Amino acid sequence: MARHTEPVLDWASDFDILDPGYVSDPFPIWEELRRRCPVAHTSRRASTWMPTRYEDVVRIAHDPERFSSAAVGVIPPVGEGTGEPPEPGEVLLAYGLPPITADPPLHTWTRRLLLPWFSHRRVEGYAATTRSIASRLVESFADRGAADAAADYAQQIPARVIGLVLGVPEALSDTFTGWVRDFLEFADDDERRVAGGLAMFRYLSGELERRREEPGDDLLTDLLGARVHEGPVDDAVILGMAMLVLVAGVDTTWSAIGASLWHLATHDDDRHRLVAEPELLPIAVEELLRAYAPVTMGRLVTEDTEVGGCPMAAGERVLLNFAAANRDPEAFPEADRVVLDRAHNRHVAFGSGIHRCAGSNLARMELAVALEEWLRRIPEFHLAPGAEVRWAGGQVRGPRTVPVRFPPSGAQA
Amino acid sequence: MRIRVDEGRCQGHARCFALAPELFSVDDYGLSTALRDGEVPVELEAKARLAIANCPECAVEEVGP
Ligand code: HEM
Ligand code: SF4
Repeated sequence: MARHTEPVLDWASDFDILDPGYVSDPFPIWEELRRRCPVAHTSRRASTWMPTRYEDVVRIAHDPERFSSAAVGVIPPVGEGTGEPPEPGEVLLAYGLPPITADPPLHTWTRRLLLPWFSHRRVEGYAATTRSIASRLVESFADRGAADAAADYAQQIPARVIGLVLGVPEALSDTFTGWVRDFLEFADDDERRVAGGLAMFRYLSGELERRREEPGDDLLTDLLGARVHEGPVDDAVILGMAMLVLVAGVDTTWSAIGASLWHLATHDDDRHRLVAEPELLPIAVEELLRAYAPVTMGRLVTEDTEVGGCPMAAGERVLLNFAAANRDPEAFPEADRVVLDRAHNRHVAFGSGIHRCAGSNLARMELAVALEEWLRRIPEFHLAPGAEVRWAGGQVRGPRTVPVRFPPSGAQA
Repeated sequence: MRIRVDEGRCQGHARCFALAPELFSVDDYGLSTALRDGEVPVELEAKARLAIANCPECAVEEVGP
């Protein structure tokens, strides 16, 4: 069961990132916090700090010794610290989901094994298939004049692309998406989170056994053959890594595509501009990532320290709110405005430091291709009248429904 | 203009390469290096400045004329 959320009376001393108002519109809250108390605190669930300034977020991300990735979840599991027995999924994944849940040295070598799978070169090889997935989806609703840009489109792309990397059939993509949502999006509902994690674990264990018999050209086969410190990699590490690729690559990218289409549906000037100047796309993609950065990560404080004048004690948690950092006016003039051709943009939507998103090349390609294919076929679209846009929040923020209307293809725009 | 990628800072975001593929190369691990020993042709100086201003790790630097 999901836990009940009490209303927040003071964001500086009692914040709650699952508060429905925060999930749908966190921007004014961050702005107030930056002015009044840039490092907010809460005692809900666990003693947790939340810096909202770019400078503080980047400093913490660059200090993995004091801020460990042993607790990256933004919502601590219910039983944590209470002496309750660990959950089944935790025992099976003795090494967590490296590299994201790991500190050096485990982080260093597991990250190195993953990186080549998401290199610039390899990602170019996935672009053509991604484009055909996207264009097939657009064709399926282009002549209807209405679609849900999140559920019918954004949500459908990343699981299919990750399937290519993992070497699993496209038909399974909806199942993947369901597991990942259970695991991440409903993190406050322990039963659902554990069930999603276990289902993924069982499926990937089966796939790993299959690759032992029938090797393919995919990540699992590659990890089975890898040698580190002159030995093979422990199965539990391989499974943790494979699970991470699934978990990290689906909700995140889908949220970024959905938020970008929501922005274009609700901002006529930006939509017209992007259609008229398609060469802006790569820079516009970075700006949309800045403005709607989907991911917030957690860290565990390992020794008493201080950030932005705020004392933090060993054992406390910190949220790396990359989205709030990206809206800091000290780092980005007119931070709350989307400027499609923003030329100076050191945004941290993909994090910063040693955990920088290993899949960022893939995510950027998917976002650019998804927007390009949509705009090519549906250049003119807007939110359906009276539409309710629902945002999910927590670890990953993005719209779950974006009902839009457009002139059906064949009709004159 | 001459530029350099600080190996200790670069985390492989590849923003530099995306903005100025004429000036950088990235390896399979994302590590970027400046081509031609960092020598920037005059017509590419604007692009080099963009790369400097967009690297999230502040790893691209101007090191000389
Ligand atoms: C727009 C989409 C995406 C966003 C915004 C995003 C964001 C992030 C962020 C902020 C981190 C840093 C975590 C930390 O500091 O603790 C991260 C790490 C990671 N991401 Fe992504 N991500 C996206 C898509 C992807 C994709 C498509 C993949 C590939 C499958 C992926 C794989 C990873 C991995 C493996 C890590 C762990 C890297 C490490 O710990 O060294 N991500 N991502
Ligand atoms: S943008 Fe910066 S961190 Fe990224 S590859 Fe280039 S130099 Fe490295």
